[in-house]
Amino acid sequence: MIPSLPRPVWLRGATAAYLAAFLIFLFLPLVVVAIFAFNNAPYPAPPWRGFTLDWFLGNSSAGRTGLFADRDLLGSIWTSFVVAAWVTLLSVAVGTANAFLIERTRFPGKQALSILMLAPLVIPGVILGISILAFASQVADLLDSSLGLDVDFLRPGLPLVVLGQFSYIATIATLTISARLRRFDRTLEEAALNLGASGAAVLRVIVLPYLRPALFGSGAIAFLMSFADFNTTLMLVGADSPLTVMMYGRMREGATPVLNAVSLFLMVASALLAVTLIRGDKRKPRAAASS
Amino acid sequence: MTAISPSEAKWHARLLLWLLLAPALLWLGALIVLPHVDLAILSFRERIGPRHYVASLAQYKTFFTEPLYWHVFVRTALLSVIATLLTLLIAFPIAWIIAKLARGRAGSLLFVVCLIPFWVSETVRTLGWMILLRESGVLPALLVKLGITAVPVELLYRDSTLLVGLVYSSLLFMVVPLVSSLESLDNALIEAAYDLGASGFSILRSIVIPHAAPGITAGCIIVFMLTLGNYLTPNMLGGKNSQWFTEQIYTQFITRFNWEQGAAFGFLLLVLSTGLVILGLRLSGQRFGEVMRT
Repeated sequence: MIPSLPRPVWLRGATAAYLAAFLIFLFLPLVVVAIFAFNNAPYPAPPWRGFTLDWFLGNSSAGRTGLFADRDLLGSIWTSFVVAAWVTLLSVAVGTANAFLIERTRFPGKQALSILMLAPLVIPGVILGISILAFASQVADLLDSSLGLDVDFLRPGLPLVVLGQFSYIATIATLTISARLRRFDRTLEEAALNLGASGAAVLRVIVLPYLRPALFGSGAIAFLMSFADFNTTLMLVGADSPLTVMMYGRMREGATPVLNAVSLFLMVASALLAVTLIRGDKRKPRAAASS
Repeated sequence: MTAISPSEAKWHARLLLWLLLAPALLWLGALIVLPHVDLAILSFRERIGPRHYVASLAQYKTFFTEPLYWHVFVRTALLSVIATLLTLLIAFPIAWIIAKLARGRAGSLLFVVCLIPFWVSETVRTLGWMILLRESGVLPALLVKLGITAVPVELLYRDSTLLVGLVYSSLLFMVVPLVSSLESLDNALIEAAYDLGASGFSILRSIVIPHAAPGITAGCIIVFMLTLGNYLTPNMLGGKNSQWFTEQIYTQFITRFNWEQGAAFGFLLLVLSTGLVILGLRLSGQRFGEVMRT
């Protein structure tokens, strides 16, 4: 029950115990991954054999390849980074256009279109992946047989991975940005127009600064979701593997703790991004007022 | 500023509308609608020779006549429903603590803490569970040390493990909509009911659950869909025993290159997930657009 009502002692105790158990459940897998990145053993498994940095720095005498020397893993981090950058750019751009479309325009069929925009969230990622794979390949075959064109980007590979991830991440960007645009006080815009500002100036000076937190927020979410995506990516991937697909392949072979090392790197990186985002969020009212 | 004639203004507005419509139509048309129409067409044709296809129901017939396929299908659906209900049961008290019990900053701090694991890729979390649960892993070693089992037991590749993994990867998507729907519940309502002598259970049933229904529906829909479409967790934690339907789709599409069969499987999974989403909305009397915005 709520704090303003009397709560028996056993209920308080049970609540605290439940919360503790939940947090342990939540963090146990991550803590274990982090700890075994430093275990001096060829496999990420107990017992503890002492602390080592071999899985980061490498150790040629023991035949261990560290994260910083593992060209395949580093390459896949870079691949994921490039894919995520494209997905972020596309999602935020299209999401912004969609937000204005939903909040500022009227046209027949708008209701149906805005419901269709939500559909990608309830389509399983594997299905998004295979449908885009099949469609793109058939279009490529058609172009090849009818016009003799060889369109590489429609074959499994990074461009298709970008499109596949974008197909559902765009929905999330659209929801975030249009939620903020909906709360915008339109009298500000009207005042500026009355004072003689052009439409473009109003957009640049008033509306876009107001939207900035949502643009950055949805950008960060898009980046993280793209970096973490597995289901859609697995179906569309070509020769270059993004990090999640590369890790999956290695996990199946029974990998060395170098995977723990790269996981720890991922945890630290996403924690840093989260902290920056939350900090930025707190500055939101002042930033909006001063710009 | 030069004055714009009315007809010019109208023309501008129309141009602007089309400029804003273009990205949305390209995105939804080229990446959602056309690929799914194509997937449906693909599933209804049969290859009878090189580059020669006829319309047929053969792929669907295979699905219903081959017990393995529809067994896996039913199993995936059932386990997904169970995982969704478990997730709801586990997440609800946490959402309640975040929205109602924790005061001030503690609530938002706890919320962020609950989100942190999900900022990290599912691959990393699955790796953690594998290190914990496999025969040479942490928990079996702990069980031996505590004298509960004589030798390390394999905890992976069981249905219960699979459920733990599925629930774990879905928690966030249940907690977030629950918290937002519980936060808007006015405490005064609960106090009034309490003062009028209602028991904890009847407060939950007649005040809390009706108010949180949109959040519960949204959470269940998202979790069910994600669980149904999950590939990584069943594949790694369930191993060969997982028998998850997405694995069948992957096998047909990528391993066997039998796109017609894979498309039929994909389409069946899509029908299942859409069907249950609609059923969930009907049962709770919600509308799709409203639920997805919570």
